[in-house]
Amino acid sequence: MKGNEMPDVNLAMRVRDLGDGVRIIDIEGEITAFCEEVIVDAHQRAGDGARVVALNFLDLDYMNSGGIGLLVTTLIRAQRQGHQLVAFGLNDHYREIFSLTRLDEAISIYADEEDFLASL
Amino acid sequence: MTDGAQSPDNWASNREHLEVEVPEGAVDPKLTGRRLSGALQGFGQMWQKTYQVRLDGADVTPEHVIAEWKANYGEFWPDNQHFYAPIAGIEPGEVGVINASQGPITLSTGVMVLYADERSWTYMTPEGHVFAGWVTFSSHEDADDVVVAQVQLLIRASDPIFEMGFKFGAGRIEDRIWQHTLRSVASHFDVDAEPTTEIVCVDKKRQWKNFGNVKLNLAFRSMGRSLISPFRGR
Repeated sequence: MKGNEMPDVNLAMRVRDLGDGVRIIDIEGEITAFCEEVIVDAHQRAGDGARVVALNFLDLDYMNSGGIGLLVTTLIRAQRQGHQLVAFGLNDHYREIFSLTRLDEAISIYADEEDFLASL
Repeated sequence: MTDGAQSPDNWASNREHLEVEVPEGAVDPKLTGRRLSGALQGFGQMWQKTYQVRLDGADVTPEHVIAEWKANYGEFWPDNQHFYAPIAGIEPGEVGVINASQGPITLSTGVMVLYADERSWTYMTPEGHVFAGWVTFSSHEDADDVVVAQVQLLIRASDPIFEMGFKFGAGRIEDRIWQHTLRSVASHFDVDAEPTTEIVCVDKKRQWKNFGNVKLNLAFRSMGRSLISPFRGR
């Protein structure tokens, strides 16, 4: 998608640094194909020097199939940079979508932040 | 995007294996029992291919484009490719059957509708398909308020045989199919426009752990069927 063609972007991503190479990206809003710049920017900020980056989906309002594609390309970037990409905070519906698309075979899923932190 | 467009029902329900009702006249791809396979389950390099055509001058909305595209999907394909739409139409969870002819061989395969809303829909491929991944059809307005029709693939060749095929011309055949499709979509709206193509290698690495996908290769099955078919009924 070219920079001047960005309709309907309703997504905010905040990066939290928990120390020891652990970062969390808090997702708020909708993930669609038009959100590439927001996701790439957040992942660049989170991924630099990280050993694990967790995507927090607790405040996700909606994701369409374009969003799945963006998560896959983010995963490839994470693998290239040498850190793990995990997820938590998915509701039952999006857990099923991760299973249906077989994203859950490559991205470990935790119930919530506490569960994720306990895994470290 | 309206609230009505953001329904969980836009997604197919979760399933372990495909169940396929083969339309009359189609060569059965024998997909029932196979799993879906995304770009992470494929073998070859990962590619993102984006084809777009601007419907400049057409008095249409993206919703109108998608509705017409869904209704006439198979007619927009090249003559040697046949898409048998699901009886229920392009709806989440439905499976379309593809019979693609190349010389004496007819490759029979299919795709499942993973997601569909008013401005887009996405197919996901089954195990054994030429490539593993997602194909998304969408429409939006660009910065000049011109409606654009788009096809975007995020794919890997499913196995080493198909990967070799992609290197020796199958990738260009794939490009021609989607360029033809978009020309047909534009023509449907009385627009004479040439599509643009953008190809990005997302991941240069091949996934050797998925070498074994070759045993599910649907082209082998199709070739076997094509070779046996002249002797049937004797």
